[in-house]
Amino acid sequence: MANTKVTLCGIELDNPIIPASGTFGFGYEFAELYDINILGSLSFKGTTLNPRFGNPTPRIAECPSGMLNAVGLQNPGVDRVKSEELPKLRRVFHKPIMANVSGFSREEYVETVRRLDDEADIGWFEINISCPNVHGGGMSFGTSPESAEEITRAVREVTKKPIIIKLSPNVTDIAAIAKACEAGGADGVSLINTLMGMRIDLRRRAPIIKNKTGGYSGPAILPVAVRMVYQVYEAVKIPIVGMGGVATAEDVIELMLAGATAVEVGAENLVNPFACRDIIAQLPEVMAKYRINSLAEITGGAH
Amino acid sequence: MKDVRLKLISNRKIAENTYESRLVGDLSDITAAGQFVNIKLDGFYLRRPISVCDVVGDELTIIYKAVGRGTEMMARAEVGTEWLTLTGLGNGYDLSKSGERPLLIGGGAGVPPMYLLAKKLVALGKTPTVILGFNTKAEVFYKEEFEALGVKVIITTADGSEGICGFVTDAMDGVDYSYFYTCGPEPMLKAVYNKSTTSGSFSFEERMGCGFGACMGCSCETKYGNKRICRDGPVLVKEEIIW
Repeated sequence: MANTKVTLCGIELDNPIIPASGTFGFGYEFAELYDINILGSLSFKGTTLNPRFGNPTPRIAECPSGMLNAVGLQNPGVDRVKSEELPKLRRVFHKPIMANVSGFSREEYVETVRRLDDEADIGWFEINISCPNVHGGGMSFGTSPESAEEITRAVREVTKKPIIIKLSPNVTDIAAIAKACEAGGADGVSLINTLMGMRIDLRRRAPIIKNKTGGYSGPAILPVAVRMVYQVYEAVKIPIVGMGGVATAEDVIELMLAGATAVEVGAENLVNPFACRDIIAQLPEVMAKYRINSLAEITGGAH
Repeated sequence: MKDVRLKLISNRKIAENTYESRLVGDLSDITAAGQFVNIKLDGFYLRRPISVCDVVGDELTIIYKAVGRGTEMMARAEVGTEWLTLTGLGNGYDLSKSGERPLLIGGGAGVPPMYLLAKKLVALGKTPTVILGFNTKAEVFYKEEFEALGVKVIITTADGSEGICGFVTDAMDGVDYSYFYTCGPEPMLKAVYNKSTTSGSFSFEERMGCGFGACMGCSCETKYGNKRICRDGPVLVKEEIIW
C-alpha cells in the first residue's frame, strides 16, 4: 500500500498536494466539484490588510504551455476573509489551512498575520514576498536577502505558527534569499512564484495585459522550478514546498526528488478544475511504477 | 459545471470569418440562454470561452469568429473531432424580467446568445423584437433562423449594405419594448445603455483564465460589488453597471 503521507513543519498531510494560492479561491467553490478533504491542504487566495480590486483588465494572456496573469492580489481584505471566506471554507474543509498573506509594507504583513493568528485551523502562514515594497521604491521584498529576512523576522514576532516564505524566481540567487529567510526564523520556504513575462497583441501593437507585465505559470516553468528547488535544498535545512508548472503525479515526484517536502499545484487548476483530484488519484500508481513505498522518503532523493 | 467530451457533427462557414459548429454530448448543465462553454483544444493551454447559441437535446450550436489561432483551428476541425468542454458556465439571462415585449439586441459575435434567448422567450408566449447589428452585409448571419422563430428581426449594418444603415441604437427608436437583453462589443453595450428607456440585461466579454471563477482574471467593479464576468456574469443588469 503506497504511503502518501508527508510532514510539513510538524503537521502531517495525507498527501503532499496543496492547491496554490490564487488558483483555488477560498476552496468552497471547488467543493461543489469534488470533496476537497482529499487534498493535503490548500493555500488560500493571497490576503492583504485592506480589500483590493487588483489590476485593470485584461489580466490574462495565453502562452505556450502556460499563461501570464496580472490579477494584482484581488481579495476582500483580512477582516472579510475572517468573517466571510473562512467560515464558508470551514464548512467544506476540515484540515489545517495554509494562509497566504501579502503586503506592501512590513507593517501590513505584520498586522495581517496578527489578525489571522487566532484562527485555530490555520496551520501555516505562507508569506508572499514577491509584492513591491511601497516604502522601498517599489522593489519586491523578495529580491534582496536583507528585505526577505526583515519581513521574516517581523512576522516571526507575531505568530508561533509555522511560517513559510514564498520566494520569487525573478532573482539572481534564490538560494541566498532562502538562506536569509532561514536566518530570519522561517520554518520553510515555498517556490517558485511566477516568472515575470510579457506578451504583445500584434493587432494593437501593445501589451495584451493592461498592467503590461504578468507572471508566467504553467507546465513551461516546471524545469525552472525543479532547478531552483534543487539549489535551495542544498542551501537550507528548512523544508521546501515546491511548485511551478505541476500538472501530473510525475511532476510531483520530480519536485520532491529535487528537494520538496510538499508540492503546490497552481495554473493547472484553471484549465482542469479537477487537477488536484486527478493528481492525487494518480499518485499510488506512479509511486508503484518508480518503486516508491513512502513519499516522505524521496525528498531530496536526486541529490 | 461539468467537464464533458463533445463530438463535432457539423462545421460550416455562415458569414465572413464566422463559423457555426454543432456538437453532441452531455449538455445537462446548460440551464440558461446567455451561458457559455469553455473548450480545450490540443496545443493550447487555456480553453476558448464561446457563448451558447442553441441547445436541442444533446446537440449544442456555437457560432464564433475565427480571430486567432485557436478559433482558426476550431473552424478547420473535421467532423468527429472531440473537444473536452466545460459546460454550464456563467449565470445567463433571467427570462422572468422580460415583460411581454422584450427587445433583444445582438452585435456581431454577440448575436449567437440572442438565438436561444429568443427561442425561450417565444416558448413563454412573449413577442420579442430582435435587432442584429453587423459591420457589413457579408458578415450578416442567422437572419432567417431568427425569422423562423416567428420574431420580428431588424438588421443594421454600419455601411448600409443591408437593412438600416447605422448602429443597433439607430433601430431602437421605433420599437416599443418592455425590457431589453443585449450582447456585443463594449462600445455597443454602452451606446445601448445610454439609449435605452427601460431596464435591461447586458452580457459582457473579457479575457478569461479559467472561466469558472477561480483565477479572478476577468473581474469588474459593479455597484453591487466586485464581480467575476465568468461566474457572477457574464450577464449584468443595467442598474449595477459602472462604465
